[in-house]
Amino acid sequence: MLERGEVANSWRHERWDSLRLLTPNWQSRLPGHRYDGPDPDGYMTMGEVIEFIEHFAAVSRSPVRTGTNVTSVRRTDDGYRVTTSHGEIGCRAVAIASGACNQPTVPQFTDAVPASVVQLTPFDYNGPAQLPDGAVLVVGASATGVQLAAELKASGRPVTLSVGEHVRLPRTYRGRDVLWWMDAAGVWDQRHDEVDDLTRARRLPSPQLIGSPERSTLDLNALAAMGVELVGRWAAVRDGRALFSGGLRNVFSLADLKMRRLLDTFDDWARAHGCEAEVDPPERFSSTHVPESARWQIDLRSGEIRAIVWATGFRPDYRWLDVPVVDAKGRLRHEGGVVDSPGLYALGLPVLRRRKSTFIYGVEDDAREVIDHLAGYLAARR
Amino acid sequence: MTTIDNGVNVQALLDAREVLKGAPEAAQFTWRASSRWQNGVHSTTTIQNFFGLGQEQSHKRETVFTADHPEVFAAEDNGITPIEYLLVGLASCLTAGVASVAQNRGIQLRSVESTVEGDHDIRGILGADSDVRNGFNDIKVTFTIDADASQEDIEALVAQSQKRSAVFDALTNPTNVTVEVA
Ligand SMILES: Cc1cc2nc3c(=O)[nH]c(=O)nc-3n(C[C@H](O)[C@H](O)[C@H](O)COP(=O)(O)OP(=O)(O)OC[C@H]3O[C@@H](n4cnc5c(N)ncnc54)[C@H](O)[C@@H]3O)c2cc1C
Repeated sequence: MLERGEVANSWRHERWDSLRLLTPNWQSRLPGHRYDGPDPDGYMTMGEVIEFIEHFAAVSRSPVRTGTNVTSVRRTDDGYRVTTSHGEIGCRAVAIASGACNQPTVPQFTDAVPASVVQLTPFDYNGPAQLPDGAVLVVGASATGVQLAAELKASGRPVTLSVGEHVRLPRTYRGRDVLWWMDAAGVWDQRHDEVDDLTRARRLPSPQLIGSPERSTLDLNALAAMGVELVGRWAAVRDGRALFSGGLRNVFSLADLKMRRLLDTFDDWARAHGCEAEVDPPERFSSTHVPESARWQIDLRSGEIRAIVWATGFRPDYRWLDVPVVDAKGRLRHEGGVVDSPGLYALGLPVLRRRKSTFIYGVEDDAREVIDHLAGYLAARR
Repeated sequence: MTTIDNGVNVQALLDAREVLKGAPEAAQFTWRASSRWQNGVHSTTTIQNFFGLGQEQSHKRETVFTADHPEVFAAEDNGITPIEYLLVGLASCLTAGVASVAQNRGIQLRSVESTVEGDHDIRGILGADSDVRNGFNDIKVTFTIDADASQEDIEALVAQSQKRSAVFDALTNPTNVTVEVA
């Protein structure tokens, strides 16, 4: 196992200070290794995640070679040649587990933002103290965006949040964590070959959730109540002005409708499985409140906005992969982790084999199946 | 299973989506209109040809649109106001979307009606107040739909139709416009 940094590198270096997992402790598990502390419904801090993964690496005696950066993987006649910062390795098969979130994604028009405005990605952001005083524009309303908008607002800064399509979820439903319901109702176990539109499922943004000790919901109504201003999807920069889509109402409707449908499936599941008595009565949440009039432009030269935080998603980095298996959009071509080149495998990508594939606990089932395939491949060529 | 029919050939659209995924060149369309000044603020615009699927295409027949201003603008009112054509475009695009999405989701429509209102402060175009924009301040579309579906499914139809609407996108998002003199 080659790791360019340390064990749990992404959790050490690519997350902000206040972040806690959004998966509850009982769910954040690794094979044969689970949380056994006093708060199964809580959410781990970054320090706790690092400790948890380090501990797993130690007890599973994973053969990790840290500080070993892979700079190139090439096909050879009988396998692959891997070039690292510590020399070359020849091997018959390679499993790519380099992560799905190696780089923040930002729109093309960041260049057109005036230089007077500070721009940060979640990889640069540690906490509010790093930003100048004054208003912040947070772009993107998925898990990262809603969390950073709330934290920046709580620091006393005016915050505007640019909202595109998003996934709205309550933190708890009928007294249980919403992720418990999704687990129980089988949402997370849904397989890649059962999903209607796999391309869309793989592009689905992260849900508007935060792991906080209060287990509070952080949807757009909660943010608006804190005083965060909501504007539409940021579409373009023209003459130093940020132009936002006028379609805000519809992204609210889409998210509200999808959430309600999901809650219906939870209710159906509870009824069908006779556990109505173990959970609280059904709840319905009010629709996302549409602001009286959302601004559709902000003059970025006026000095109003001092900083922009791009919470517009993450993507993998395959610049080291010299095998032609990456498509025009930078995605690995694979079928359930079996990459389009013999002996090459992948793990930890969105809906690789199941909806849970990118969760810490989600990799276990995938890994078993992918490694079975890999073992079969090696056995056949012995 | 009962077959529903809203008159939309969804299969053809789904097939086209698959084909065009691998052939982005063929997906490039250019829509064209030619306009001629008549008199005063009265003009006529004709539409017949367009480009798409890699070649010149043609509508079955030419359509002529007349635009003018109403009498309250001291004009002859030979036709609707140009900005009203945007409402025509929006209503017809969203309605087409509702029918297509309903067909795809197996929902039989009985009637789909909508009203579109665009609020317009004309001080902008008159130059009476430089803080007022020229275009619409707000557009409101109200659908009344009779279909074999729950209220929630109908709301979902209308939401999905906006999500896939060309005119909704063109009105809600900025577009580069180049106007030249030949
Ligand atoms: C902000 C954020 C919050 C998240 N919250 C949760 C959560 O609450 N719960 C949850 O289950 N999941 C969460 N996730 C998803 C989380 O990333 C995955 O669950 C998990 O970390 C994936 O592990 P991984 O090993 O596949 O990828 P990573 O953790 O990204 O690990 C990949 C490793 O590969 C190394 N690497 C990459 N390229 C090279 C190279 N060329 N040479 C050598 N080494 C290389 C990296 O240094 C890294 O250590 C979150 C993700 C993000 C971005």
